[in-house]
Amino acid sequence: MSKPTLATVWLDGCSGCHMSILDMDERLVELSEQFDLVYSPLVDCKEFPEQVDITLIEGSVSSDEDDRKIRAVRARTRILVSLGDCAVTGNVPAMRNSIPVPELLDWVYKGNGLLQEQVPADRLPSLLPRVRPIHEVVNVDVFVPGCPPSADTIFTVISELLAGRVPDVAALSRFGV
Amino acid sequence: MNPVPAVKTLVIDGTDVSASSDQTILDAAQENGISIPTLCHLDGLTEVGACRMCLVELKGSTKLQPACVTLVEEGMEVTTQTPRLQKYRRMVLELLFAERNHVCSVCVANNMCGLQDQAKSHGVTHVRFPYRSPALPVDVSHERFALDHNRCILCTRCVRVCNEIEGAHTWDLLGRGVNSLLISDLHEPWGESDTCTSCGKCVQVCPTGALFDKSKVGGKERKNPDFLSYLNDMREGLR
Amino acid sequence: MEKLMTLEELEQIANERRAAKEKSPRALNVCVAAGCLSLHSDAIKSALEKEVQRTGANCRVAGTGCLGLCSQGPLVSGEPDGCLLKNVAESDAAEIVARLDSAMPERLLCSREQPFFQRQTVIVLENSGRIDPEKIDEYIAADGYQALVHALTEMTPAQIVQEVSRSGLRGRGGAGYPTGLKWGTVAKTIGTTKYVICNADEGDPGAFMDRSVLESDPHRVLEGMIIAGYAVGASQGYIYVRAEYPLAIKRLQTAIREARRLGFLGSQICSAKFSFDVEIRIGGGAFVCGEETALIASIEGRRGTPRPRPPFPSQSGLWELPTLINNVESFANVPTILRRGSEWYASLGTKKSKGTKVFALCGKVRNVGLIEVPMGTPLRQIIFEIGGGVPEGHRFKAVQTGGPSGGCIPEQFLDLPVDYESLKEVGSIMGSGGMIVMDDSACMVNVARYFMEFCMSESCGKCIPCRAGTAQMFELLTRMTSGTATPHDLELLEDLCDMVSNTSLCGLGQSAPNPVLSTLRYFREEYTEHIVDKHCRAGVCECSKLAEVSA
Ligand SMILES: Cc1cc2nc3c(=O)[nH]c(=O)nc-3n(C[C@H](O)[C@H](O)[C@H](O)COP(=O)(O)O)c2cc1C
Ligand code: SF4
Ligand code: SF4
Ligand code: SF4
Ligand code: SF4
Ligand code: SF4
Ligand code: FES
Ligand code: FES
Repeated sequence: MSKPTLATVWLDGCSGCHMSILDMDERLVELSEQFDLVYSPLVDCKEFPEQVDITLIEGSVSSDEDDRKIRAVRARTRILVSLGDCAVTGNVPAMRNSIPVPELLDWVYKGNGLLQEQVPADRLPSLLPRVRPIHEVVNVDVFVPGCPPSADTIFTVISELLAGRVPDVAALSRFGV
Repeated sequence: MNPVPAVKTLVIDGTDVSASSDQTILDAAQENGISIPTLCHLDGLTEVGACRMCLVELKGSTKLQPACVTLVEEGMEVTTQTPRLQKYRRMVLELLFAERNHVCSVCVANNMCGLQDQAKSHGVTHVRFPYRSPALPVDVSHERFALDHNRCILCTRCVRVCNEIEGAHTWDLLGRGVNSLLISDLHEPWGESDTCTSCGKCVQVCPTGALFDKSKVGGKERKNPDFLSYLNDMREGLR
Repeated sequence: MEKLMTLEELEQIANERRAAKEKSPRALNVCVAAGCLSLHSDAIKSALEKEVQRTGANCRVAGTGCLGLCSQGPLVSGEPDGCLLKNVAESDAAEIVARLDSAMPERLLCSREQPFFQRQTVIVLENSGRIDPEKIDEYIAADGYQALVHALTEMTPAQIVQEVSRSGLRGRGGAGYPTGLKWGTVAKTIGTTKYVICNADEGDPGAFMDRSVLESDPHRVLEGMIIAGYAVGASQGYIYVRAEYPLAIKRLQTAIREARRLGFLGSQICSAKFSFDVEIRIGGGAFVCGEETALIASIEGRRGTPRPRPPFPSQSGLWELPTLINNVESFANVPTILRRGSEWYASLGTKKSKGTKVFALCGKVRNVGLIEVPMGTPLRQIIFEIGGGVPEGHRFKAVQTGGPSGGCIPEQFLDLPVDYESLKEVGSIMGSGGMIVMDDSACMVNVARYFMEFCMSESCGKCIPCRAGTAQMFELLTRMTSGTATPHDLELLEDLCDMVSNTSLCGLGQSAPNPVLSTLRYFREEYTEHIVDKHCRAGVCECSKLAEVSA
C-alpha cells in the first residue's frame, strides 16, 4: 500500500506557518516517512495533484487567484486543514477589509512620496473586495488556529490525522500568540 | 432593605452548597470552587448581566438564568455545564469575534486576554459567522493610555469602574445595537477629557486589548483588576 | 371651581353637557392620525377652518384620532349626529360647510352600517371620534369618571383589585400578564411611596392603537390610571409617551389640566383620603424603551436599556420603589370594567382571554384601519368580513401579528380564534395589536429580513446575543434575498434563532427570531428556493433578478 499523500498550500500569508512546519526540525524527518509530500512551496511541483489525502493551507483568500486555487485544492483533497490564523480567521491580511480596494491601492501605491506612483495593473491577481478565511469559501475539515501554530501543534495534528484520528486542536492551540 | 440575610441551601452541579440569601449563584459557585465563565462580571463592580456567558440551567425551569445576577434560593438545583449551555457560550464568543476586528497576533493583549482565554477553554477553533469587519478608530490621544475600539466587547467594565470606584464617570456608551461605541465625556478624545483622572483603573479591568497602557505595548504584562476587591474591603472596613 | 364629590354631581355635569350639546354648534372632527395625515388631512382641516371662518358658519373644526376606516380616509366625523365622511378632499370644504344643516353629499357619506363597523365590539374605542377629546365634560357626558367616583366613594382598594382580577383583563402591551394579579402584587408590596406608569411608547412599526386612544379619548386612560393609583396605593403617575406623538401629548396635557380642574387629580380626590397626580414623560422613540425596565431607566434620566428581572418593577421599579406599569389599552379598559362590572367584561372573549382587543389592520386587505373585536374572534372574520378580504386578483398568503416580536400565520389557521394562547401555539404572539395581511405578492424571506433589520437597529446593544446575533441573522437573511446564501447559512440562521431567543436579556432579543422561526415553520420551501434555486416566487428579491440575468 502506498503512503498517504500530503500537500501544503500558501495563499495570502506571511510564510510563517510554513516556517513553523520546518520548526519541527528532526521530527520532520521521522514524520515525512509516513507520507509523500506531493505539493508544497517546499518542493518543486507546479501542478496540484488530482487526489491528495491531507492538505494544509496557510493564508487567507485575498485575490481571485487564491479563490480559484482553493476551490481546485478543495475538490482534490480529502482532508482540508486551515493552518494558522490567516487561514482560520483572515488575521492580518483581513485588516484591510474595512477599506475599499481602490482606496487601499491608492493609499499604498500613490501619494506616499514614491518616485513612480503607479498601481500595479494587469496580469497580477486582482484583490477581492474582502479577505476571507478559507471556510467562508470552501468546506474545511480541521481548524488549527495560532499565528503561527507551534511546531508541536503541527506535529500532533499531522500525526493524529495520519493515524486516522481527529486531533483535539482546542487543547493544543489558540488564536494569536 | 432586606432584613438579616438567611442561609439557603442549594445544589450546584450535584454538590450541596450553602449560601447567604443575598448571594448570587455565581458567588455561591465560586466559593465552592465551581467555575462559571463570565465576561461582564467583575468582583467589586455592580452586575449588568449583559454578556450571557454565565447562563445556567435551573431545575424546573426552561428559562436560562444569568448566575451573576440571580440570587440563590432554597432548594435550587443549578447546572452550570450542559451541552446546550456550552453551545450557547461558544456562540457568544463566536459572535464577539465576528463583531469587531480581533487580530490576536498583533493585539496588545495577545495571550493575556479574557476573550482569547475563553475561546480556548470553550474549544472555539474558528468562527462560523461572517466577520463584520467594521471600520473602527483607535483613540491614542491620552498621554498614557489608548482605546482600540476594534477590540472592545462592550462589557462596560470600564464604564462601571470609572463611575462606581473612581467616581469620574468618563466613559459612557453612544448609539445602540452593533453601532454602540464607548465614548469619553461627550464624545471627545480621551486625552481631552476633563473628567479623567488618569487613574488607570479602566485599563486594568478591561478584559481585552481595547484599553491599554501605551508603555506596556508588547510588554506582556497581564492586567490586574485585583485592586478592586482590596478597595472594596477597605470600604467595608470603614463602614 | 368646587371639587366633585358625588355621582350626582357628576351626573349633573353630564346632563348640562348633553343639553348644551343639543344646542351647541355642529362640529367637524377631522382625522389627523397617521393614515389620514399622510393624505394631507391637516390641509383639509385648515380648509374647513377657513371656510367656517369665511362663511361664519356655527361650527367647530377639530382634529381627532383615527376614526377606524383609514383606507377610506381622509375621514371626517360630524357632530352631533355622528355621520362619517370619507375620501374628503380640500376641495370638498366649501360643500361640506354649506351643507352642515342639510344632507351631506352622497359620494362623501361613509356608512356605519357596513360589516367593518358592525362586526366590531367597542370598549376602548367607544368614544373615539364621537367626543371632543379636549373637553372633559364630553367624556363625563359619555359616562366618564363615573367608575372613578364610584371606586373612590364605595370601594376599597382590595375590592378594585379583585374586580379587575375577576374581569380577566390581561396586559395589552404584549405579554398578556393578568392585570389584576399585577395590581395585587403592587398593592401588597410594602412601601409608602409607589408609582403608576402608563406605557405609551408604542414602538412596533405600523402600530397606532395606543396613539389613537390617547388622541381620541385621553381621559379614559387617565381615569384608568387614577383608579389604579388608588388600588395599589400610589400617589404619583407617569405617562411615558414618545415624542413622535405630539397630538397625543397635547391632548394628554389638556386632559391632565382639565382633570386637575375638576379635582380628579390632585389631593383628596372626591373627598377621599387619596391624592394622585400624573406627569408626562416624553421618550425619544427607541423601541426598546417600551420594555418596562428600560422605560423606567429612561424616566430616571438614564440610558434606556433593560436590566435583568427579577426584581420586577412591582417590587423594585421607578427609583427602586414598587411600581405598577401597564399599557395604554390596559388602563383604558379599566373604567368600563368597573362601570359595567367584571362579570359583563368576562363574558366577552374566550376562556383565558377576556374582553376586546384593538388591532391595527393593515397590508393587503380592502379595509385598512383600526378595529376592536372581542377576544377569540376568528382571524377569518377579522380579515375577510371586517377587513373585506384581499383585493381583487390576489390570494391571501399569511397574516403577521405581533410586529417584530411576532410571527406569520398561514392560511390553514384562518379559523384560529385570536387570543393569547392560540396565537402563541402557532408561533406568533398577540403583541400590541399590529396585524399585517399579506398576499401572494409577499416574499416570506424578505418579510423576515425586514423585521430582523428592525430588531437589529432597535437592539440596545447591551447583551451580546441580541446585539451581535440580530446583525448576523440580518446578514444571513440578506445573503438569502440577494442570492448568495448556501445551505450552510440556513443552518447557521437556525442555530442563531435558537441561541438568541434563549439567551437574550430582554424581550426584544428573546422574540427577535420569531418572524424567522414562524416563516421557516410554514414557508420553509421559500427559503430553500432562495438558497438553492436562487428564486423568489414573489419576485421581490434580488436573487430572482440575478437568476434572470444569468439565464
Ligand atoms: C422590546 C420591548 C418593547 C416593548 N414595547 C412596549 C410598548 O411599546 N408598549 C407597551 O405597553 N408595552 C411594551 N412592552 C411590554 C412592557 O415591557 C410591559 O410588559 C408592558 O408595558 C406591561 O403592561 P401590560 O401588562 O399592561 O401589558 C415592550 C416589551 C419589550 C420587550
Ligand atoms: S497565521 Fe501568522 S504565521 Fe501563519 S501565515 Fe498568517 S501571519 Fe504568518
Ligand atoms: S482583544 Fe483578545 S481576542 Fe481580541 S484581538 Fe486582542 S487578544 Fe485577540
Ligand atoms: S483612567 Fe481612571 S478616570 Fe480615566 S477613564 Fe480610566 S477609570 Fe476613568
Ligand atoms: S473598553 Fe474594555 S472594559 Fe470597556 S467596554 Fe470595551 S472591552 Fe469592556
Ligand atoms: S435583548 Fe437586545 S434590547 Fe434587550 S437588553 Fe439585550 S441587546 Fe438590549
Ligand atoms: S457574567 Fe453574567 S452575564 Fe456576564
Ligand atoms: S388614520 Fe384616519 S381613519 Fe385611521
